[in-house]
Amino acid sequence: MDTTQLKTIDIVKQGLERRYRAERRFRRMGLAAILISLAFLSFLFITIASKGYSAFVQTRIQLDIHFDPQIFTEGDIGAADYPRLVKASMAAMFPTVTGRTEKRQLYALISSGAAFQLRRMVLEDRALIGTRQSVWLPADDDVDMLVKGHLEWDGGRLTPAQVKWIEHLATQGQLEKKFNTTFFTAGDSREPELAGIWGAVSGSFFTLIVTLLLSFPIGVATAIYMQEFAPRNRWTDLIEVNINNLAAVPSIVFGLLGLAVFLNAFGLPRSAPLVGGLVLSLMTLPTIIIASRAALQAVPPSIRDAALSVGASKMQMIVHHVLPLALPGILTGTIIGMARALGETAPLLMIGMVAFIVDIPSGFLDPATALPVQIFLWADSPERAFVELTSAATLALLVFLIVMNGLAVLLRKKFERRW
Amino acid sequence: MTSPSTIVFVLLSMAMLAYYAGLRRSVAVAGGTRAVRRLHSRPTYYGLLTALWCGLPALLIYVGWQAVETRLITHWVIADLPPDLQSLSPAQLNLLLNDIRNLIAGNIAPSKIDPQIQAAAAHYRHIQYISHAAVAVLVLCVALLGLVLSYRRIDTRLRARNHVERLVLWALAACSTLAIFTTIGIVLSVLYEALRFFKMVPVTEFLFGLHWSPQVAIRSDQVGSSGAFGAIPVFAGTLLISAIAMSVSVPIGLMAAIYLSEYAGKRLRAVAKPLMEILAGIPTVVYGFFAALVVAPAIRGIGQSIGLDVSSESAMAAGLVMGIMIIPFVSSLSDDMINAVPQSLRDGAFGLGATRAETIRQVVLPAALPGIVGGVLLAVSRAIGETMIVVMAAGLTANMTLNPFKTVTTVTVQIVTLLVGDQEFDSPKTLAAFALGLLLFVITLGLNIIALQVVRRYREQYE
Repeated sequence: MDTTQLKTIDIVKQGLERRYRAERRFRRMGLAAILISLAFLSFLFITIASKGYSAFVQTRIQLDIHFDPQIFTEGDIGAADYPRLVKASMAAMFPTVTGRTEKRQLYALISSGAAFQLRRMVLEDRALIGTRQSVWLPADDDVDMLVKGHLEWDGGRLTPAQVKWIEHLATQGQLEKKFNTTFFTAGDSREPELAGIWGAVSGSFFTLIVTLLLSFPIGVATAIYMQEFAPRNRWTDLIEVNINNLAAVPSIVFGLLGLAVFLNAFGLPRSAPLVGGLVLSLMTLPTIIIASRAALQAVPPSIRDAALSVGASKMQMIVHHVLPLALPGILTGTIIGMARALGETAPLLMIGMVAFIVDIPSGFLDPATALPVQIFLWADSPERAFVELTSAATLALLVFLIVMNGLAVLLRKKFERRW
Repeated sequence: MTSPSTIVFVLLSMAMLAYYAGLRRSVAVAGGTRAVRRLHSRPTYYGLLTALWCGLPALLIYVGWQAVETRLITHWVIADLPPDLQSLSPAQLNLLLNDIRNLIAGNIAPSKIDPQIQAAAAHYRHIQYISHAAVAVLVLCVALLGLVLSYRRIDTRLRARNHVERLVLWALAACSTLAIFTTIGIVLSVLYEALRFFKMVPVTEFLFGLHWSPQVAIRSDQVGSSGAFGAIPVFAGTLLISAIAMSVSVPIGLMAAIYLSEYAGKRLRAVAKPLMEILAGIPTVVYGFFAALVVAPAIRGIGQSIGLDVSSESAMAAGLVMGIMIIPFVSSLSDDMINAVPQSLRDGAFGLGATRAETIRQVVLPAALPGIVGGVLLAVSRAIGETMIVVMAAGLTANMTLNPFKTVTTVTVQIVTLLVGDQEFDSPKTLAAFALGLLLFVITLGLNIIALQVVRRYREQYE
């Protein structure tokens, strides 16, 4: 009898080992979930950084340019045949190259932007005409990729002769990787070695200025009204439901709104940062309103009561006391909203900010593109060099976002108050 | 002289002037700085009131005029055109107007244009000149009138603060209605174009059609000249990718939330939570680039090595990356819901001898389930509306398939492809995008409303 009769505690003990195993398994699953997401995060950052960092240097070729006075006609210096200068210099460097196709292959080593660089130099300083100068000019993107090791040395893109010339230049010390200023100062281009992010960054800047100027005042005003003044009735309920729903409407729908209303009905120009800013501010408004309301709500009633009790009107109480105390929270929400607007792409595609735009925008109505849209455009380009550029532009975008979010965290840390 | 910036600048300076005038006047009316107490409000309010009366009506008139000016001028110019030009069809009239505007902007050389249009352009320019001058004079007069009137009303008994505060309150209330106007704007704009689409393609064909190929041929005798607008395959693709995304994000997000809120120590929580939030802050275009550059080729490679036929734009790649993007969304919502479960429930389970895992699985999760379901619904609506990842990593061909290694397309991809580039707003191809947008809006709105209801009811349960 004694051996078959088990006490409850024995039954529990028998199962204990299994239950503890289940406990450990469950716990490990939780940890694994966190590790998976963090692993992905670091994988993403490392991949993009490792693919992108090489775009910060660029292969350049040193050429001995003779600014031959014969090709400059008096009066119109800008229209001179600059490509000829480059070709003459290349031909002088490799006198053995004679055939037509061979010559064309030789000239293809230098970027088509080299001629423009010479033109700029001459227009800046006419005294150069007639002199001999040693100039570093950008190499073609295929050369750049080869030097950076992204292309096979015997791959199909470059002929064996070209590879030999490149090796010759490298041993002569006339081919070097230098810091890529073009990437930070130029607009978009079909040639990867001439393309830069400055146009897109300026476009993003103008767009965000419009977004900030519209969404911050309107968002804060709405939050103040809803939180402090609005009577509770159907109308304010409707507003509230609307704000919450707008926060969850897919961003592309805002793009459709922008296309149908701002472009087609109001006739605003396509691709303009103004329209982009309008659309993005409608999108960021809910974020700012919700954050501002939370910040206003966090200000304790004792402060309001104190202000009211010394005779302040309700408006004075809010403007003089509640708003300054809630401002850090409001600003944090605004910065986070702005960061999201900076990374937003889909609505901008709808309003034509995907155009190929070479010029740097200088105002709110100039055609422009934005940094994330530039990433999208470059990601679509087939050349190998654009992969590098896309990754580098992504890095730039991530740096901007990290700075903005860091600022928000800092603000919160510095001014956060527990009442 | 009459450019918008000049007028706004002049108005602002006048308002500033009015502020000081009102301020000084109120002090003078009270009888000097020491007797300000005799005023109903503090002097700055008299200044503000004067400034508002000076600047606001004038500004409103100006903005209102700007909004209708072009349309009015165009109307007048058309009315004064020679009769043979007036009888043109609307489309041709539009072209004519474009010519006139281009001529004025200096985009085309005048020599190439026929004299009638040149005369019209001159007329246009004349009316524009008059209108600019007139509105400038009008705005300045209104501003001056407002300044003088409110200046003269200043008096010790004038309740300036109340007036100013009422105006500010109206402004605040006006701002808060913008959310409603945005919603109305979305609904109307999308609905209007969608209705035009439904005039060309029947609603039933759109909603129940099984074939999607929106390319409308240029000539009517070509094959497939009418295009096919059955939205079912597009939605099937959207659902397939969303399902993949959810099957990645829900288990991982939920387990991460459970670990963070029930197991993790303070230090791990402080590090891991913000790091996970970073995933939510990465722009979707970056995820899209990553999916197209790394994930899709990797999946293709793995698939081929085990003998599967994987498309290079497989639903798997887009869904996987989208799932990772949604993890923090799911985990932070579930975290809230798990934290809302009262501690007493856990203590009860522990008291009965349950292990932590058993408590979580059998007590906390069932209690938090409605809230978590609400959160998951919100995540689904985000997955359906997500654009950039699918535009960059998913395909364009509308396949009806459940195979995650095939190419599928989604609603957002179709909207983007149909609307990027040149558009003509009378072809069903362009308008189809708005019909898809309408459907997208309705579906996500429905999901959100249901989810918010569920979450709210759940929260009330424990409050």
